[in-house]
Amino acid sequence: MIVLLASAAVAYLVAAVAVRRVGGWWPPERTACWLAGIAAATAAVTGPIAEAAHHDFRAHAAGHLLLGMAAPLLLVLGAPVTLALRALPVRHGRGLSHLLASPPVRLLTHPVTAGILNAGGLWLLYTTGLPHTAAVQFHVLAAGYLFTAAIIGPDPAPHRAGPRTRAAVLIAFLAAHAILAKYLYGHPPTGLPHAETGHPPTGLPHAGAGAGAAAETHAEAGAQLMYYGGDLIDAVLIVLFCRQWYRAADPGRRARTATARIPGVRPPRVPWRLPDEIREASS
Amino acid sequence: MSAAASTQARAGAATGRNVLSGALLGLGAAAFVDEVVFHQLLHWHHFYDKSTPAVGLVSDGLFHAFSWFATIAGLFLLADLRRRAWFSSSAWWGGLLAGAGAFQLYDGTIQHKLMGLHQIRYDVDLTAYDWTWNVIAVALIVAGAVLLARSHRRPA
Repeated sequence: MIVLLASAAVAYLVAAVAVRRVGGWWPPERTACWLAGIAAATAAVTGPIAEAAHHDFRAHAAGHLLLGMAAPLLLVLGAPVTLALRALPVRHGRGLSHLLASPPVRLLTHPVTAGILNAGGLWLLYTTGLPHTAAVQFHVLAAGYLFTAAIIGPDPAPHRAGPRTRAAVLIAFLAAHAILAKYLYGHPPTGLPHAETGHPPTGLPHAGAGAGAAAETHAEAGAQLMYYGGDLIDAVLIVLFCRQWYRAADPGRRARTATARIPGVRPPRVPWRLPDEIREASS
Repeated sequence: MSAAASTQARAGAATGRNVLSGALLGLGAAAFVDEVVFHQLLHWHHFYDKSTPAVGLVSDGLFHAFSWFATIAGLFLLADLRRRAWFSSSAWWGGLLAGAGAFQLYDGTIQHKLMGLHQIRYDVDLTAYDWTWNVIAVALIVAGAVLLARSHRRPA
């Protein structure tokens, strides 16, 4: 997993440098997003949070938010597909866009499929006590990425679903996440802290004492972290989604010339000024 | 379509969008106030009191998700109305009050009572709390309906 993340970071930087070398421009904030996404995923799979996650459900929930939600969002905002299309020679670029438009990829990147992969995977993981292997970690990250890209991805998507479908899937996913968090609050996951404290995984709440009760408090705090932390990241998703709608619905949009979603040359710096109505009101 | 008919159609779309924006924000604001005041400040409500049937949890999750989305979408719709100079205050406020009241009434009757999601407060006699909750909800809906009727009569 670490090797995979490190090579993703290196490949992105190589591509960004390649774009610049041929006289192009790549927004530095996109690079920053990609690297921050890699960092978030790394923090979730190795280091102190990952260590603590074995016995503390709070750390586990934090890691889950990082790997399944924060990292995918940041990676999607890195717009790796656009970067690849600009960095690759035309021939390979065509191959990539054919691949993206192919039926299997189209099915996989549909919001409904991606949402089911993402939320379904979570439910399976937490209600059946699957071990957290590298394959599971990869699924969480990849499904999170597919889902986020299907809803708000800045990358070209030849068959992007309409805004209503995407909004409905986003709400359904948000709900599934909130329901799971509350369910886990009442039914702490199997195979996590309880296996080590000897507290029966399906036992009655408040039945445990000592270490079992401590693990239960952890489980409750972790479930609340998952609920409110998930809300926070979902709020970012919703704002980005609405902002895309707001720009697309701009009545003056047709009058302006079409521009690429991600500029290929450094945009001119426009000095910020107060909106006219505020200037008029204060003068 | 004649010019007059198209103007009328646009006014209808503008009113509809004002009501929608207000209603979404009202629903979101009611859910937000519920969460902040009763769950987090007063600690009257429980995050989840573990006695809820599955249907209550699903309803709660869906409403939570929808209200979160509605708050943000309602604000973006409001920005769009201002951008087009379509904003009509009575239609918008009417939608807002009705939306907030509808959420509160749903929460107070179906979610608290029928589905038993959680109660307003624990270890007290609930009658006064439940009545206050639902009477406020109905008052909000009525106030919203009055504003909506007024905006209908005098399109701004």
